[in-house]
Amino acid sequence: MLDAGPTEQDTVLEVNNIEVIYNHVILVLKGVSLKVPKGGITALLGGNGAGKTTTLKAISNLLHSERGEVTKGTIMYRGERVQELDPAEMVKRGVIQVMEGRHCFEHLTVEENLLTGAYTRTDGRGAVSADLEMVYNYFPRLKERRTSQAGYTSGGEQQMVAIGRALMSRPETILLDEPSMGLAPQLVEQIFEIVKSVNENEGYTFLLAEQNTNVALRYAHYGYILESGRVVMDGPAAELRENPDVKEFYLGMSDEGRKSFRDVRSYRRRKRWLA
Amino acid sequence: MPDQLLFAMEVTLNGLMAGVLYSLVALGFVLIFKASGIFNYAQGVMALFAAMTLVGIQKGQVPFAHLINALLGTEVHHFGWHVPSILAILLTAGVMVVFAWIVERVVLKHLVNQPDIILFMATIGLAYFMEGFGDLMWGADIKKLDVGLPQGINIAIDDTTFGWFGYGFFIDNLDIVATVIAILLVISLTVFSQYSKQGRALRAVADDHQAALSVGISLRFIWVLVWSIAGFVALVAGIMWGAKSGVQFSLSLIALKALPVLMLGGFTSIPGAIIGGLIIGVGEKLFEFAIGPLVGGATENWFAYVLALIFLVFRPQGLFGEKIIERV
Repeated sequence: MLDAGPTEQDTVLEVNNIEVIYNHVILVLKGVSLKVPKGGITALLGGNGAGKTTTLKAISNLLHSERGEVTKGTIMYRGERVQELDPAEMVKRGVIQVMEGRHCFEHLTVEENLLTGAYTRTDGRGAVSADLEMVYNYFPRLKERRTSQAGYTSGGEQQMVAIGRALMSRPETILLDEPSMGLAPQLVEQIFEIVKSVNENEGYTFLLAEQNTNVALRYAHYGYILESGRVVMDGPAAELRENPDVKEFYLGMSDEGRKSFRDVRSYRRRKRWLA
Repeated sequence: MPDQLLFAMEVTLNGLMAGVLYSLVALGFVLIFKASGIFNYAQGVMALFAAMTLVGIQKGQVPFAHLINALLGTEVHHFGWHVPSILAILLTAGVMVVFAWIVERVVLKHLVNQPDIILFMATIGLAYFMEGFGDLMWGADIKKLDVGLPQGINIAIDDTTFGWFGYGFFIDNLDIVATVIAILLVISLTVFSQYSKQGRALRAVADDHQAALSVGISLRFIWVLVWSIAGFVALVAGIMWGAKSGVQFSLSLIALKALPVLMLGGFTSIPGAIIGGLIIGVGEKLFEFAIGPLVGGATENWFAYVLALIFLVFRPQGLFGEKIIERV
């Protein structure tokens, strides 16, 4: 539906040329700009250290507690500058991040974990328990495990807890960091299916950071490719999937068919993006 | 029944009561440790400070009287009124909340994401600061604390046991009150942390700071909350110990007795703090009673620490400490 790319009026989140520095010295993002359309799934792709997580944390402002700082550029949410707000205020405005590596509260039960997601809500117990049912609808597995300590659930279940917890805040925009990390391919598919149906049924906007380019581009509407702190390419997911460079670098395919990993790597050193 | 056995029973009961008082101090440690991973060295001094403040408010003492008099050449010491005990306790609780807020503002806020040892060092600094500050504020003299708690031998127990065994047990009324209050405190703390929204947030923060931030929990608010509760527990411990042995510097040293209690019960468990306190209390009294005479007495000074050492070797997380969840 949004394959035509974001247009001005339906952009909910806009990142303009931001630069992020950790510990006052380490420059991680060197001018990243992106637009997230309302109600879409936007993917942020790239390898390790490309700056995907940092970009998400700059938006949710979790960066601050890691001694990171946005030194240049602006982050606009619904037309307002939000980069000085603390994470709690961002959650109240409808932006919540699901962190990489799940980060469940290990000693809390699955249900308690979900309820912490509703911490900032003020719309009463009834609304919260209705949403709890909604989350259990999307993740029936969590309902079975509602009383187990989250630390003892499987990796896939923990990822479900982390996403469900974010849904409990009644967000508008979910920043989803690396949902496929450490999960079996089948489970990755399942998680993405759920993300897709949440996106379609609830209308929540997703900004998704993913190393698994293949899966991400199948579910996302639009994609940005980051490399060493810069956006090197962007476009509708369908176009990116067909792009020969993306195919070669991220999907491991080329015109001659599948290449061996060793060849891809040596080739990669010679060729640079947009050089 | 033989006298020795009866005497041992009495010693056990008294040990339980003493244990409750250890537990009260240990409880304050557990609360802060659970929520922020900080071992708060200042917990004992907080109890002392709370007790001093309570006595000061109750007697209508002018805070910083010595300082004011020295600077302005005046001679003020008392406002000349007496504040009722209940009101004084409430006011002191208020002071402890303000204290918690200041600690968050001045100390903790700047040390977010620092290694635990740095936070621990900060609480050592805080302990010495508070000690001096308390003296400056209320004077360094030994004070008597009386909030109207019953004290002395409990006649009813003495009579009943005399009727049963022909030997009256000596149980201090204050110990009974302390036990009841400790039980109420533990029940309410448990209910709060298990079933309330803020309690859940508190446990969430204890598990994972970053994740707690990501769902919109304000760490700073939780810290103020937790230090306030710890301050309140310190106040209760201060009242009990103060009533028992007077408000003086040595009150802050009871914190040292809380250490073996924590090692036994586990640093992260509220029931653990209670059971640990009881075991130490009973253990050291019975040990003194049974073995003390053979080794020349004074075993109470070291028994708790040796017991803790044994526990550290065989069960480092304590009796009730949270199992360290590790998925492989």
